[in-house]
Amino acid sequence: MLELDFTTRNVLLGASLLGVVGGVMGCYAFLRRQSLLGDALAHAALPGVCLGFLLTSSKEPLPLFVGALAAGLAGALAILAIVRWSRLKEDTAIGMVLSVFFGVGIVLLTHIQKLPLGNQSGLDKFLFGQAATLMPRDLEVMSLLAAFVLGTVALFYKELKILCFDRDYGASLGFPMRWLEILLTLLLVTVVVVGLQTVGVILIVATLVMPAAAARQWTSRLGPMLFLAAVFGAASGAGGALLSARIAQLPTGPVIVLLASAVLVVSLLVAPGRGIVWSWLQHRSLVRRILRENLLRDLWKVGEASRDWSVRVPWAELQGMRGLSAREARRVGAWLYRDALVEPREEGLRLTSGGELAARALVRKHRLWELYLTRQLELAADHVHRDADAMEHTLSEEAVEILDEKLGRPRFDPHGQPIPRPETPLDELAGSTA
Amino acid sequence: MIQLEPTVVILLVGSTVAASCALVGTFLVLRKMALLGDAISHAVLPGIVIAFLISGDRSTLPMVLGAAALGVLTVFLVEMGTRTKRLREDASIGVVFPALFAIGVILIAKYAGQIDLDLDCVLYGEIAYTPWDVLFFDGQNLGPKALWINVTILFLDLVFVLLVYKELKITTFDPELSAALGISPVLVHYALMSMLSVTVVGAFESVGAILVVAMLVVPPATAYLLTDQLSRMLLLSVVFGVGSALGGYYFARWLDASIAGAMATVAGLLFATVFLASPRHGLVAKLLRHRRLSLGMSEQLLLLHLDRETESSTLDTVRRRFSWRESYLGRIVRRLQGRGWIAVSDDGGVRLTADGSAAIERTGQDSLRHVVS
Repeated sequence: MLELDFTTRNVLLGASLLGVVGGVMGCYAFLRRQSLLGDALAHAALPGVCLGFLLTSSKEPLPLFVGALAAGLAGALAILAIVRWSRLKEDTAIGMVLSVFFGVGIVLLTHIQKLPLGNQSGLDKFLFGQAATLMPRDLEVMSLLAAFVLGTVALFYKELKILCFDRDYGASLGFPMRWLEILLTLLLVTVVVVGLQTVGVILIVATLVMPAAAARQWTSRLGPMLFLAAVFGAASGAGGALLSARIAQLPTGPVIVLLASAVLVVSLLVAPGRGIVWSWLQHRSLVRRILRENLLRDLWKVGEASRDWSVRVPWAELQGMRGLSAREARRVGAWLYRDALVEPREEGLRLTSGGELAARALVRKHRLWELYLTRQLELAADHVHRDADAMEHTLSEEAVEILDEKLGRPRFDPHGQPIPRPETPLDELAGSTA
Repeated sequence: MIQLEPTVVILLVGSTVAASCALVGTFLVLRKMALLGDAISHAVLPGIVIAFLISGDRSTLPMVLGAAALGVLTVFLVEMGTRTKRLREDASIGVVFPALFAIGVILIAKYAGQIDLDLDCVLYGEIAYTPWDVLFFDGQNLGPKALWINVTILFLDLVFVLLVYKELKITTFDPELSAALGISPVLVHYALMSMLSVTVVGAFESVGAILVVAMLVVPPATAYLLTDQLSRMLLLSVVFGVGSALGGYYFARWLDASIAGAMATVAGLLFATVFLASPRHGLVAKLLRHRRLSLGMSEQLLLLHLDRETESSTLDTVRRRFSWRESYLGRIVRRLQGRGWIAVSDDGGVRLTADGSAAIERTGQDSLRHVVS
């Protein structure tokens, strides 16, 4: 471990602490779609900080924190009151509280700066944060607040979970949902207070939203999400602290925010299951499967028409069936060849025995579905082809078996074409073709 | 050129900023996009800084262009975030603007020596200095630069709102109808966002990033509680905005504090007043209306109840039947007695008078009968 000087150590501790509580509480804000409430609360805390200073004339952390807490809560209540008692919507209410409280804060701040008090400088560090000014005493208060937040979340884990996912159900179970909402707001304000000195009121919202949004991409369970968000938050906090300590003129708060956004972007892209790259790959593999299966079925139908499934089908004919370009057709053909489903033969393709069986299964799905639609849903026979075209790629083997049984193991589809079974020998199939 | 008093310059700049913000802000509030305004007002910062770095001075055009570009980029990024279906709009906004703002702050810190723009003025603006930052052309003093900029922006906003008034109105209140009429909501949306960015830049220098939001959101929200008509709402927003600007200036002078902060404070006070006292949408009016309705309803309930239970009713049974508080019952009884519709005997028995029966027939409020039974 590299040696850390006093200041860096404090900043590192403070930023990581903020990362953990911000990550955890951010999850709740994120899940309740109140990401910007944190922003409003942070801005609303500013006049409280100033009042705390004006009343006690000291920069002791505790009065400032109490002031911030009180003003943050007042802001939250003002938002609730405006939404409840006027026809203004929540976004307007948040925007108003955020800017007006902040305006009041700026008035007080500038007023204080012109007062003949000795030690007023440094209050404005709460705007953008000035992590370098963190003192062990500040850290003590921050740790206490963080412990309060994490302890409360652990204690009311189940209740808060219901609040996030099914408020009405929780209310019907008799949980005091309104009180839980107030508790959540109180916790959110506490986080804001923890972050005041490190990242400042303006950027706190990022330490709430970004780790939570990133964690959400990796998991759909609340517990792991809270844990991941805490890890992401702590990592960006620690990273920001170290980076800004190494590089001159690099402010801590904004660096933390940028690191957190980097974590978020990476998560959005590559998180398994939800990531953008991930679903793009899935989409691509689906598209490829459909192309392959279409080509297979086309080959089989040519065989059916000539009653010989080992017949060679020229490229030109294959391209013509679905309007593929020569390149596309050859690309799809190459995939099939790789899986030994077809073999190239004199400027064309022919099905291998494995390919014939695979294609037969597709044709079977297609025709069974057509029959199902006409018989059970009474659709006209000439309306069912397109739907069956889509279903042949998605029906599972089990579904095919159930369909077959429900329809009484049919032999012909609505157009009079045979529904091939996997076990039927080829020459018998050829014989039954109309 | 006429030499303007510094105070007059500040008041004029404040008023034009407030008026421009009110015009654009009205549509933000109506379209439920207030927070996008917040996001843009933060996100233009890196645009302004980059424009500074490229042009090397505080020329206006690069700054406006840089900020407008960043504003549109913000809208675009927020939409991209929601379109991935992995972030909801609130989270998307909450992610995009802090990231952009952080970049701006880092740039300012990094190039502090080269940029004549400090973080304080990003937040508070520097409206107090506007009278001394004058524009020279051909060696002639043309007056304060901020005034020129903001009057131009106000003019642009006015032209925009007047020119596309109908389109703005339709896309705001009925986007589907507008699409059917061949007005592209997306186009109008982006046009509005561009105007918003331009407006924000002008205001940015004078009142700072966060207080722009106050000027954008608070006066229109105040106006919205007073009228249902778009044209009137625009006018009232401008009035409230300019009022906040003027009031804020004197408030700030009195406190010796930030003018921009005081403008936001006054805007907030105006809103609080209207929120409480607006004749139709105010809290007091609402509570009064609610009370009047509930009183009227209770009166009718009591009349119908007495119509049914002719002989046996006393004040006590009635109170228990409807779980009314004693004082509330007293009020209702006094009101009905005053009209001579019911009579109360000394032992507390209550009965309907002939006038009361007639009143029930007359009002035809039989619909409430089932509530009583």
